Amino acid sequence: MPATPMPKAHREQGHARVFDLAEQSLRELNQALHQVTPGSNETAWEVLNPKGSHSVAVGVDHPISIDVRGSVGYYCAGMNDGATITVHGSAGPGVGENMMSGSIVVKGDASQYAGATGRGGLLVIEGNASSRCGISMKGIDIVVHGNIGHMSAFMAQSGNLVVLGDAGDALGDSIYEARLFVRGKVESLGADCIAKEMRPEHIELLQGLLDKAGVTDVKASEFKRYGSARKLYNFNIDNADAY
Amino acid sequence: MTYRNPPTTPRKSATFDDYTLSEIRRAAATGIYDIRGAGAKRKLPHFDDLLFLGASISRYPLEGYRERCDTSVVLGSRHAKKPIELKIPITIAGMSFGSLSGPAKEALGRGATLSGTSTTTGDGGMTEEERGHSKTLVYQYLPSRYGMNPRDLRRADAIEVVVGQGAKPGGGGMLLGQKISDRVAEMRTLPKGIDQRSASRHPDWTGPDDLEIKILELREITDWEKPIYVKVGGARPYYDTALAVKAGADVVVVDGMQGGTAATQEVFIENVGQPTLACIRPAVQALQDLGMHRKVQLIVSGGIRNGADVAKALALGVDAVSIGTAALVALGDNDPRWEADYNALGTTAGAYDDWHEGKDPAGITTQDPELMKRVDPIAAGRRLANYLKVMTLEAQTIARACGKNSLHNLEPEDLVALSIEAAAMAGVPLAGTNWIPGKNGF
Repeated sequence: MPATPMPKAHREQGHARVFDLAEQSLRELNQALHQVTPGSNETAWEVLNPKGSHSVAVGVDHPISIDVRGSVGYYCAGMNDGATITVHGSAGPGVGENMMSGSIVVKGDASQYAGATGRGGLLVIEGNASSRCGISMKGIDIVVHGNIGHMSAFMAQSGNLVVLGDAGDALGDSIYEARLFVRGKVESLGADCIAKEMRPEHIELLQGLLDKAGVTDVKASEFKRYGSARKLYNFNIDNADAY
Repeated sequence: MTYRNPPTTPRKSATFDDYTLSEIRRAAATGIYDIRGAGAKRKLPHFDDLLFLGASISRYPLEGYRERCDTSVVLGSRHAKKPIELKIPITIAGMSFGSLSGPAKEALGRGATLSGTSTTTGDGGMTEEERGHSKTLVYQYLPSRYGMNPRDLRRADAIEVVVGQGAKPGGGGMLLGQKISDRVAEMRTLPKGIDQRSASRHPDWTGPDDLEIKILELREITDWEKPIYVKVGGARPYYDTALAVKAGADVVVVDGMQGGTAATQEVFIENVGQPTLACIRPAVQALQDLGMHRKVQLIVSGGIRNGADVAKALALGVDAVSIGTAALVALGDNDPRWEADYNALGTTAGAYDDWHEGKDPAGITTQDPELMKRVDPIAAGRRLANYLKVMTLEAQTIARACGKNSLHNLEPEDLVALSIEAAAMAGVPLAGTNWIPGKNGF
């Protein structure tokens, strides 16, 4: 059978299937990623020339690995469900939004809303994250090596946010049951968010997260824990000033 | 015989009427604003203020029972690979599982499916009941993102990005502790029994330029198959419609202030947003100015009750309407058969709106397992289908009388208004005149 010539952008490079966004469209990339079937040999993908494109590798639902060589725009790896996605650059707003499972590593910095509403999996930002990191998070684990901006973990429902650096204003405003671990300074806490005792189970949990995120030079005992005071869970007029 | 001066009749204030006085007393006693369900209850300019002209010497009618009058509509043909085709231009609006019981959601799906139309999820994710019983299901993408996941996005037939709703443009949802059962709590990733306050704006985008990128992401996740709606409350219908079109919407949904809610502050419901009638022409005008009328479809909701309302909305340029409150009434909401139970709650059938308390005698706006047994999803679904059928027949009756072989051929020229306000809002002449307030410098 004559071999079908593979388009340049599809050529195999080592074991990875390489997709060059300078030659092929975003739509083709995402469609190809969605067409991966269980048991496929195409388990390693490489995306070249993202050049700030939005929605790179969104809605991937198989345990494949994707290396994005460069910086991306909005919503990279949005709704990821099982893939291991590495951005070798910085990420625009909403990286890993609504992630279900799998892992995302951003080698550079991340813009606003990193990991917004994420339900599961691990998001690691090796640089800094901007405002509203982990907003409305619902089960995701987020580890930020640097600092995070203001209003992070706003209305955070569940999951863990780990910050090796500092946190900006109004951390954890209107937080529900998410756990926040910050090693550095917290500019201010939002409504109903308080510092909490680090009990042995929290040290253990945090150590596990640091290990998973490949952080080796920092100890869990260096962090403070923050979470909900649970005073705003049921409306009481005498708390109205807090809203 | 002694002469007594004639007494004056006791006179109540129009400003401080009985309702207002009771509300002041209630606020003073409880220290909390009034929260309730449903939409604006105040009297507003509405479709009742419009009349059809019917046929005359210059327009001849179609035979009522013989000549075809098409009711179908295609939604989402602008970008989606798989647009939605509906048999009737009346859809079921988004209402959450959580605010409504499982059997009520199932009944909505059954009724819509029997009628060849769509139903819509709400601020609580997609349930198996409604997916299983809805041939065409629109999946709402809301600020809270409760229950949001890519699997449900892909098994939806369309996606509705909710920016606002008519009962509370600028407000988020509310579900009070009484209704956060184990199942609702699990779907929303929240502790049981807390008062749940949904966000009022999306967590990961603000403004029309971001919305465009968000819509791109949703299209990429679903391989450009699904129609994407953008729903706005009746705030600035001209600009909101234009911006939604610019952001790439296939369908724009405009919900006027009579549109219902599961739970919001009374002060919000009655004082924020515009009446449905006032929203339609600006939204249509925006589409026309952009050359997108009938290319991007317009759905309008908020106080649609019968086939005349449907026909009037369509005549003003709408592609389809959506019903929420009326659909619940068809299922059995506020039915006088439960009058004793309504009385026990301090209200009466027809006025019950404390949907957030979860004690609905009709079993619709509750998570109480005993109360929800009062909704038989099959029978209630059938009632909804009957009602949708009647509305459709009524709209067809009017359209044929106006000489139209499709509901979508109705036009503003078929209408007059009974009040100056309605004439100005709908952009049709005041009855008996050729005066359209605001047109031609008058």
